[in-house]
Amino acid sequence: MEFADILHRCFRCGYCKFPNNYQDFNCPSYSKFRFETYSPGGRMWLLRAWLNGEMKTSPRLAEILFSCATCGNCVEHCVFPKFKDDILHAFLAAREEMVNRGTVPPAVRDYLKALQIHGNPYKLPASERGNWEHGLNLESYSGQEYLFHAGCVGSLDERGMKMARSVAGLLKGLGVSFGVLGADENCDGNEARSLGEKGVFQSLVEQNIREFQKRDVKKVMTLSPHAYHAFKNDYPKDSHPFEVFHYTQVLAMQAKKLSALPAHSPLRVTYHDPCYLGRHNKEYQAPRKVLKSISGLQLMEMGRVKENAFCCGGGGGNFFTDLLGSGPESPARARVREAVDTGASVLAVACPNCAKMLEDAVKAENLEGKIAVKEISEIIQEKA
Amino acid sequence: MEGIKFSREVCEACKTYDCLTRCQYLKMDLQTAREERKRLLRGEKSRVLEECVTCYACEEYCPYGNHPFYNLVDQQEKLGVWPVPQPITKQQVLMMAPRGKITPKKVQSPVVNMCYFPMLTGSIRGKLFEGASTIVGSDIFCNVMWLHFGKNSVIRERLPEVIANIWEHYLKDSGVKELICFHDECYGTYTHLAPAFGIPVPFKPIHIFDYLNKRLDELKDQIKPLGQKVAYQRSCSNRLVPETQPWVDEIFRKIGAERMERKYDRENALCCGAVFRAQQQDDLADDVQKRNLDDMAAAGAKFCVFSCPACLFTLGESVLKRGIMPILMNDLCQIALGEGMKGG
Amino acid sequence: MEDIYKELTQIVGAAYVSNQPEERFIYSRDPGTMEPREPDYVVLPATTDEVQKIVLLANRKKVPLVPMGGGLVLSGLSRALKGGIVLDLKRMNRILEVNERSRYALVEAGTSQGMLQAYLKKNYPTLKHSVPDSPPMATIGGNVLIHGSGHLSHAAGFHSEMLNGLEVVLPTGEVVKIGSCSTSPYWFGRAPLPDLAGLFLGWFGTTGVVTKLAIKLYPNRPYQDVGVFVTEDPELVPEVFYQATGVQVAEDITAWMTPKPDWAKGFQHININYAADTPEELIWKRNLIRASLKRLIGQKVGGFLPLPPPMKKNFLEAPQTTLAQFADVRKGGGFEYVGGIMPIDLFPRAYRAGIEIAARQGTTYSTGARIIGLAHCMMFFFAYPFNRADESDVDRARRALEETNRAVLNMGGIPWKAEAPAQKQIIGRMDPHTLGLITRVRSMLDPQGIMNPGNWEVR
Repeated sequence: MEFADILHRCFRCGYCKFPNNYQDFNCPSYSKFRFETYSPGGRMWLLRAWLNGEMKTSPRLAEILFSCATCGNCVEHCVFPKFKDDILHAFLAAREEMVNRGTVPPAVRDYLKALQIHGNPYKLPASERGNWEHGLNLESYSGQEYLFHAGCVGSLDERGMKMARSVAGLLKGLGVSFGVLGADENCDGNEARSLGEKGVFQSLVEQNIREFQKRDVKKVMTLSPHAYHAFKNDYPKDSHPFEVFHYTQVLAMQAKKLSALPAHSPLRVTYHDPCYLGRHNKEYQAPRKVLKSISGLQLMEMGRVKENAFCCGGGGGNFFTDLLGSGPESPARARVREAVDTGASVLAVACPNCAKMLEDAVKAENLEGKIAVKEISEIIQEKA
Repeated sequence: MEGIKFSREVCEACKTYDCLTRCQYLKMDLQTAREERKRLLRGEKSRVLEECVTCYACEEYCPYGNHPFYNLVDQQEKLGVWPVPQPITKQQVLMMAPRGKITPKKVQSPVVNMCYFPMLTGSIRGKLFEGASTIVGSDIFCNVMWLHFGKNSVIRERLPEVIANIWEHYLKDSGVKELICFHDECYGTYTHLAPAFGIPVPFKPIHIFDYLNKRLDELKDQIKPLGQKVAYQRSCSNRLVPETQPWVDEIFRKIGAERMERKYDRENALCCGAVFRAQQQDDLADDVQKRNLDDMAAAGAKFCVFSCPACLFTLGESVLKRGIMPILMNDLCQIALGEGMKGG
Repeated sequence: MEDIYKELTQIVGAAYVSNQPEERFIYSRDPGTMEPREPDYVVLPATTDEVQKIVLLANRKKVPLVPMGGGLVLSGLSRALKGGIVLDLKRMNRILEVNERSRYALVEAGTSQGMLQAYLKKNYPTLKHSVPDSPPMATIGGNVLIHGSGHLSHAAGFHSEMLNGLEVVLPTGEVVKIGSCSTSPYWFGRAPLPDLAGLFLGWFGTTGVVTKLAIKLYPNRPYQDVGVFVTEDPELVPEVFYQATGVQVAEDITAWMTPKPDWAKGFQHININYAADTPEELIWKRNLIRASLKRLIGQKVGGFLPLPPPMKKNFLEAPQTTLAQFADVRKGGGFEYVGGIMPIDLFPRAYRAGIEIAARQGTTYSTGARIIGLAHCMMFFFAYPFNRADESDVDRARRALEETNRAVLNMGGIPWKAEAPAQKQIIGRMDPHTLGLITRVRSMLDPQGIMNPGNWEVR
């Protein structure tokens, strides 16, 4: 297995469980389950034992491996510089191994099967992918500056669709030149990749590259940070080079126009850094620039922000597989409690997965009325 | 080679003893200076050997270029008068030893010698250094710092090999004869110290200020004058090469920076104090640094320009706390060319 | 065993009990060299009430019970030497109270060092606790109970000396309060009552499960600095310790000696950390410390390194993250150390022993010492890294550790948090009456012998 040579180098010191100020546990699966086995160090040791034959494949081992939200906190905070960058790579390689052996948790199997058969995890016909844009009069992509990629969640999930509509509407209102693929859009494949299904991911890459080539797409703007991450880092650029943006980066370029919008009444907002935009791709400024350009908005930071942000638990496929589950110890619920502590009345998000995970958590925590989860463009357009 | 180019006769005939009477730290009158100089010439222990803070200034003050400081260091070593506790010296000698890891590489002009400051190679960028090659590493460390430790023997042992490393591994086969020295110490080593120690240098050292001046002339249409007040922190090793000071003025003029007149500049410059701490003289370091920083602040400087990485590491944080931006000379020039600082 | 599992799930909930191979594998071992010993169950209680129920169950069923904090002791003290239940206490991590005026914090035993540190920084920035150099995941309970030490140990002693009180579940199930908290709503100290805390300090969990601790807090002064004194004569080091501690202004004094990098070999570095409320006070303390060492400085046989501020950052960190990195020296994720508690005069002997043992065993090493109190003693550590994927490398480290334990005892020191084999060596040298008392205390408190058996075995 690739990256197997780093597994024995883990000291299980536990720095990977924390943010840099140690204020609370920052590994979503450890925070939820609290057995050492569910921490990055526990996974490293178990995987080594598994590869050595000391540990058999089992549903529990599979659950331990697939409950990782791939948030990257361990990579960020591991104190061993010589192999920390490969920790997640090792987990993904192990997932590939399990996928190849067919020993994945049922929820993972179901997700991958749906994706393979239907092209999306919702088992909906491809023709429904374009439904999210009905009534917005968006242009089909035909050479505009950006291709706007809504993604599976943005196209087919109720909350995701609401976010996609809001973002696209705002971009249109600001005069940003973009087009959409509608029903012709394919899944970006980030979750397939992070769940270890290399084959499906590769197939999606090829499909998407062909589509970009056919339409001569030069810039892709994504709704989801997950898609942003995949397009930016895992898609080859040699056969068809293209640039990748997250929509907040495009909005940040419009900061002057945003500041000219009518002022909000004072609004206290705290921002949740999505892992695939923030920690994985180091983009912390663009969303903040956009928020700060909204007059009347007071940005209040949580204790764990930027490279120390606590994941909502929606990564690594968990948005679909729900291996982290709910319950008061779920990462999303812990995160909204942290948001409330800032005194903010709005928890701003920039990711459709985060939007749904955190909104559900607010309900579970009975915090409706105290804090509302809103995506950035929704905040802008609510008062404007 | 053993001796340095120091003439007893010149020293004996001296009437002014500038090396001692102008010393900012010993503060000797003429009579005392005469007596102590004679002690030194007799090879006896003098308080000068114990109290010298190794700021190199007397190399500049001596009107005859008779290398009073190099001679003093020889005396310290001979008589076992150590400016710095022995374990610290020994450890530094080990730490800065050549690793023998140098491999030949082709370089092209301009070749910038970064000495043993790999952390600063990133600042060799942009229009000023287009097409530049850099060389860096323990095997080309200039070794002049041993003057602070009473260890001329280490210089004699290592410097010839360093020069050979630079010439044989980089310059000769690349057909390059000029070497731009990023640091005053390196330039001082190859133009001042090596000749004084009788060590030949086959390449032509170019001071970074000289190089910057020429490049600024070539890029003059792209300069946007800074309109800033700057303080200049003159390093100890610049005392070995005072001829470079007019280049400082020229650079500032070209980039629209005003070198604020202040007390502790030019011939009255103050050491950054790092070495005083090695000598266990924290109070002196505190005093010198405070006077220097007060002086910069009183002059209204917005930037403190360094040409020495050691001064930068030592004073950078304190300078920043005073609301003055610490910056290397080449980085300041880059700002004037609209290139900004790395990462900023 | 099924009935035990069922009862455990009824006590803590099914989500927090495991008898699965995965948990049994991980909890059978810690990152040191000791061989794995599998528990039958791993349980994560959340309250003292749950702990009590588990203890009563273990008593009824005569099942061994092993309390565990961070699991970072490295000498395998939280392995289930005779099977049974490992009690991972880290869910019990609430910070219950901070009494600012009396400067103490009351925490659950599973509270991590890191979280307490962060909590105090945010809510009580003028207070701090003594942080050990173990990773922040180490627990307050675990570290205090093994007589740990840390960044305030020169000022205030072992962490066990900073203990104000305990709540303990005895092996027979009673919940007992130790210290002033037994009689007063405050946890201000162990005096003036008969001090029962000693029944739980250094016993490796063989006398009960500590569920709460109150620990002393200290001023967190805003200005900090460190002086690194270096010499190359180990015979001088006790003098350095003695003089520097005599001025009583430092917070922490630690020595470090390492053969790598090359420039460090043969030198002894002594870090003296101090803090102040103003920059002037900081300079005054610096000068006091320097003055205490002026004889050695004047003779040029030692001096403080001229470190520019950016280079001091690692030495001012608490905990020092670079220390954990020693585990990757052999590219193998492992190190273990013997911490010998001994008088400071033994420094030269301990230093030489470390070098000789490492050479004899063909392993690399790192040594150091932390001063406890006013040089009342020191914790001299001999650390050996190993590659856990190379059994011969692990063996080498193991042999070096065994030899080091013997050497420490031979020179008059006592291994700290000693692994099971070293405990036997300690017992072999102990006064028989002391042993007798230990045996009686254990029998009295734990008649069934369920608490972490295999440790401090005197029968």
